[in-house]
Amino acid sequence: MDIRLDAISHSYGDTEVLRDISLDIPAGRIVCLVGPSGCGKSTLLRLTGGLERPDAGRVLQLGTPPANSLNPLTFVFQDFALLPWRSVRGNISLVLEDHGIRGRDADAIISDVLARTKLSDFADALPRQLSGGMKQRVAIARALAVNPAVMLMDEPLSALDSQTRELLMDDLVALWTRQPFTSVYVTHNLAEAVRLGHKIVVLSRRPGQICEVVDIDKPLDQRGYADPDLETVQKHLWTLMRDEARAADAELLNV
Amino acid sequence: MSDTLSHTSHTPDQATEVRFRGGGFAPSARRGVGVMVFVVLVLVMEWGTRAGWISALTLPRPSDVAATFVELWQSGLLFKHLLPSLSRLAVGAALGASLGIGVGILIGLFSYVRAGLVPLVAALFPIPKIALLPLFVIWFGIDETSKYALIAFGTFTPTVVATYGAVDNVDRTLIRMGQSFGLSWLSIVRKIVLPGAMPGILSGLRISLAIAIILLVAAEMLGAEYGIGAYILEAGSLYDLERLFAGVLILSVLGVILSTAIGLIEKRLLSWRG
Repeated sequence: MDIRLDAISHSYGDTEVLRDISLDIPAGRIVCLVGPSGCGKSTLLRLTGGLERPDAGRVLQLGTPPANSLNPLTFVFQDFALLPWRSVRGNISLVLEDHGIRGRDADAIISDVLARTKLSDFADALPRQLSGGMKQRVAIARALAVNPAVMLMDEPLSALDSQTRELLMDDLVALWTRQPFTSVYVTHNLAEAVRLGHKIVVLSRRPGQICEVVDIDKPLDQRGYADPDLETVQKHLWTLMRDEARAADAELLNV
Repeated sequence: MSDTLSHTSHTPDQATEVRFRGGGFAPSARRGVGVMVFVVLVLVMEWGTRAGWISALTLPRPSDVAATFVELWQSGLLFKHLLPSLSRLAVGAALGASLGIGVGILIGLFSYVRAGLVPLVAALFPIPKIALLPLFVIWFGIDETSKYALIAFGTFTPTVVATYGAVDNVDRTLIRMGQSFGLSWLSIVRKIVLPGAMPGILSGLRISLAIAIILLVAAEMLGAEYGIGAYILEAGSLYDLERLFAGVLILSVLGVILSTAIGLIEKRLLSWRG
């Protein structure tokens, strides 16, 4: 299933956040959205996932999601959004219960996604007992449990320290290599974008418009830490963004 | 002064330890202090009344109060007074608290209910419920029903306010998460909003139940033959300080028990807070 954004525009009150965004998200690819702070990249993600309604334009699903997909458009949030009163297992079963999956079926799915995110030993832990990186892995496990057609990731690694971020990027690459998933990945971190993105969409400052779309052909599992090829792309992205970011920074002060 | 400042190398005798200025502002459990304050207070009262610098009209002697209490126990009157009071408290508080939690949740969830009921609750809250006692007697009669109603009404308003505040404070990102996974409205309310509001609801209940005990005495002012309130009022009108204090003691103990019970419920339901 592909996603197509068709001429999306959106405003909050008098503030125009997004202007005329058209974008295709092909199946099995990771599309990264980067841009200066306040450029509306998270808003675009929420619009894509149906958590907000655009003022103009449409979000289209091309084709039908696979039959076993319980929740085709699934979010991974920056702040994890785990229920603190439920264990790791409970947080995952939360999203299965509404689909009538309980008991043995649920256990099978839960142990599968926990194994894929290397959390099998922590099924009964409460969120407060987990580190930030583990919390986000639980959130990713929860997203995998509903078999999403598209993963909508809203700065999933931004709340983590840089070492944990590196580890989780490796985990995401491993997950994708094992079973390619479609994803829209919002980040302000260019290193993350060049590491995980097949396609990187650079947005301008508010109102967000698409500046440039950069494709990276190098396979995900061949991209490493401090990869010289990626450094070049990252530098290019930064030259695109630097002035926008500076202007956006000055703008925020004048609001 | 300028001399010492100009030195670049320092001898060890010039080194002063950095003064500690953190600490405090972090309450921690201190076992037994509460009991000790209580014991000291009672001992001072006993000493004062025995030595004579507290007159018998100012305060009863604690040992006399204890004797009265034992007498009350032995004559079987204690339970004759206690049981009706407990049943009034249980029925009234359960009615008021459950209605209050229900209405509070509705206010928290529905804008129209909020717009309609919040001003009404604000208008009802400051009314001293005791002042409405005659009205309740006219509406519900002089028997038990009016007492239930008074206690229920008194616990209702603070519970409503605490509950809708608690629902408002539930983390919105968790609700968005529920929506993003396609959870039904009912599931979101049951599995995200209610557990999220539970800490606030329980701390509201602490206040409501204390108010219920206060209103119990008020309710028993009218047409109650037996009950802790009736016992205290009778003792008060006779200026029988020993019995008055024995009655008040029972109320205090009741308050402590209820508060402990809520503490236990909190420990059980909110163990996830650590």
